[in-house]
Amino acid sequence: MRLEPIANPTAARRLGLPVLAIAATMLIAMVLALIAGANPFAVLGQIARGALGSKLAILETLNRATPLIFTGLAVAVAFRAKLWNIGAEAQLYAGAILTVVLGTGALGAPLVLPLSALAAMLAGAALLLGPVLLKTRLGVDEVVTTLLLNFIMLLFVSYLLEGPMKDPLGMGWPKSPALIPEARLPRIVDGLRLHWGFALAILAAIVVWVIQTRTALGFEIRAVGQNPEAARFAGMPVNVVLIKTALLSGGLAALAGWSQVAGLKGHLSLDLSPGFGYTGIIVAMLALLHPLGVVVTAIFVAGIFVGSDAMSRAAGVPTYIADMLMATALLCMVLAILLTKFRVVRG
Amino acid sequence: MSKSEGAEVVLRLDRISKSFGALKANDSVSLTLRRGEVVALLGENGAGKTTLMNILFGHYVADDGEVEVFGQPLPPGNPRAALAAGVGMVHQHFTLAGNLTVLENIRLGTEHLWARRHPDARGKVERLSRDFGLSVHPDAKVCRLSVGERQRVEILKALYRDARILILDEPTAVLTPQESEALFATLRKATGLGLSVIFISHKLHEVMAIADRCIVLRHGRVVGEVDTHATDKGALAAMMVGGELSLPRAEARAPGKVLMQLDSVTTPDHGAVPGLKQVSLALRAGQITGLAGVSGNGQAALAEVIAGLALPSAGTLSLHDARITDWSPRVALSNGVGRIPEDRHHQGSIGDFDLTENAVLEAYRTRFSRRGWMNWRAARAFAQEIIAGYDVRCPGPETRIRLLSGGNMQKLILGRAMASGPDIILANQPVRGLDVGAIAYVQGQLIAARDRGAAVLLISEDLDEIMGLSDVIHVISQGRLSPGFARGSMSAADLGLWMAGQKFEGADAA
Repeated sequence: MRLEPIANPTAARRLGLPVLAIAATMLIAMVLALIAGANPFAVLGQIARGALGSKLAILETLNRATPLIFTGLAVAVAFRAKLWNIGAEAQLYAGAILTVVLGTGALGAPLVLPLSALAAMLAGAALLLGPVLLKTRLGVDEVVTTLLLNFIMLLFVSYLLEGPMKDPLGMGWPKSPALIPEARLPRIVDGLRLHWGFALAILAAIVVWVIQTRTALGFEIRAVGQNPEAARFAGMPVNVVLIKTALLSGGLAALAGWSQVAGLKGHLSLDLSPGFGYTGIIVAMLALLHPLGVVVTAIFVAGIFVGSDAMSRAAGVPTYIADMLMATALLCMVLAILLTKFRVVRG
Repeated sequence: MSKSEGAEVVLRLDRISKSFGALKANDSVSLTLRRGEVVALLGENGAGKTTLMNILFGHYVADDGEVEVFGQPLPPGNPRAALAAGVGMVHQHFTLAGNLTVLENIRLGTEHLWARRHPDARGKVERLSRDFGLSVHPDAKVCRLSVGERQRVEILKALYRDARILILDEPTAVLTPQESEALFATLRKATGLGLSVIFISHKLHEVMAIADRCIVLRHGRVVGEVDTHATDKGALAAMMVGGELSLPRAEARAPGKVLMQLDSVTTPDHGAVPGLKQVSLALRAGQITGLAGVSGNGQAALAEVIAGLALPSAGTLSLHDARITDWSPRVALSNGVGRIPEDRHHQGSIGDFDLTENAVLEAYRTRFSRRGWMNWRAARAFAQEIIAGYDVRCPGPETRIRLLSGGNMQKLILGRAMASGPDIILANQPVRGLDVGAIAYVQGQLIAARDRGAAVLLISEDLDEIMGLSDVIHVISQGRLSPGFARGSMSAADLGLWMAGQKFEGADAA
């Protein structure tokens, strides 16, 4: 068996295969539920109900989707230029640290919110600058450097929370002091648990989409990703484009940390992100790197996680099924992308 | 008379034809190979050598014609059948696993996963390596071996599979002269032991040294078949690149002033591919300067310098009488250098971009955006202008460029390069792989640009094209540039001698 490139895939192939991938994911999820000893239809039903079944459930899903939109956008922007940023998790924490540093009294109202967002973005951008410079100057593989920075960052946060940033009133728990009220993101509607971070995430998706389709930088990013040799020949500054892409990507990932701290938690702790940076890769891939698609897939993925929590309590199937679902969805989607570009030929 | 005349025919290709779209890659090509014979397959890039061998080896299925090995027809499209029939191929790019040993590489793919190991693989490899003079240690890791040694492993691999017919694709391209000599010694031993060899090359002196017979391909057709001892390099060169003048000729013009000047320009070698050696060249207004030469002799290095991709490591480059120090594709473009790259798929265009995006690839910052915002309406109008003005056949500007034929792709690139009214034009292999109509169109545009007063540098391996279009011809060989020859002052055979490098020695001695 070998793969043969398809010159011009039909619309049915380009749109049908991703749909088929989602369907295949569901089917595999049902098999997993069966193995766990539950009724597969009931499990899927409970996941759906847990994610969307009530106003509370929907708001919880949207809250969970917010950081995923930011990290998904960060990954989508970088991957579009074939810059493999696997370090959104670290950039998220970099943003969170700056939010806490500026939001616990260092700055007062009314500038603390925009300034902490800006500082968070700069921190995330700076964190990705190192790997991209190593890539453009020395050819160091950014997959390795960005991935390893995640662990370094997590250990650094752990050090901060046990040392200089430890909350003296925290009863010994490793967490930072709480943000001042002015540094918190307000709720969109009073009394409902959805904060403005969600609206800003959607705004960010629109901004990224406009950059990609309407600006010269977006044109460069896409050209460098598709064919760096032709981009260089045409006079594009390939390395500069990669650096700009990295700054944008790192900044977006950092906003995930900012919105989690300022919008939801109010302080920094080690459980701030249950792998939002990594899940962002799945979100971006499921959206086929389209910035507006990221909003949809982030809500979908968030729904599965939120729904699985509820389902687990009701059906007794472990919540790990959500992680397995995500992994299956990613594999199915990667396969679908492959099969839109190649067909399998015998011999 | 060939020395092996009358020996058993081991391989017969009969009237093989293969088309890719409008391009005839092989047009009724026939070839016979006898036992103990070395046949050279000679031809420029794009002449159809590789297509022919891919058909023989089952990677492509021929549109027409038959392949017979040892009297048995070979089923088309089946690489395993070719291997089983005793055909072994050594590719230009080796297919070895660097982290395995020589012995492991040789056995790789010859045994089933669960089968018992061949009891005496080592003995067989050692015997073959002794018999054929292929000295290489069976337990050495391949990643530690030199290029020449790796090639020996590839040949051993073929012999281990009991190949009786060896196909070597440009085997000396990556070898030093000494390694090439060792390879030739091996090939002589092999033919002495009854093997037959097809030797693909465009290096004339090697063909003369090793081959018994030589088949010359051009534009997919066999244009000549000669015994090597009955011919010489000049005749082969002329045959290879075509001596007969059939393409449109441009009328001579009085040259204008020098627009671009290279003085003693030197660039570093890239492995076996030579860089430029003290090249001085003046490109004049209203003149087409032709650069002839066998591929891989420094044309790419010269094109890179002119296109803005590289600065010389020594020597100077001047543009409009000003010495260039800051040099990039963008600087070249803004100084009126129009570029048609050699590789339109990888350098000239972005396959998944549509025609509009490809059309503005060079001018998106200067003409089609303001303060960083793209003006797609203007871009689309520009693409439509090129499509209409340069006769690009396509469904519309939203078509992705990789769906276009080579000729139409090239017309878009040509239109893009010409749009800014460049006064220096680099045309690197502008018509390679195009059909006849597109060739005439592209060449006509180059002549029109010259008549407008542009300085055109035409790089081509097709001597007909060079002789038909150029006002001045330079020959490049091993990175060295010949003096300029005025139109009509040199015959194809004379140029062939320069291309073979012989005249340079004469010039050096003088």
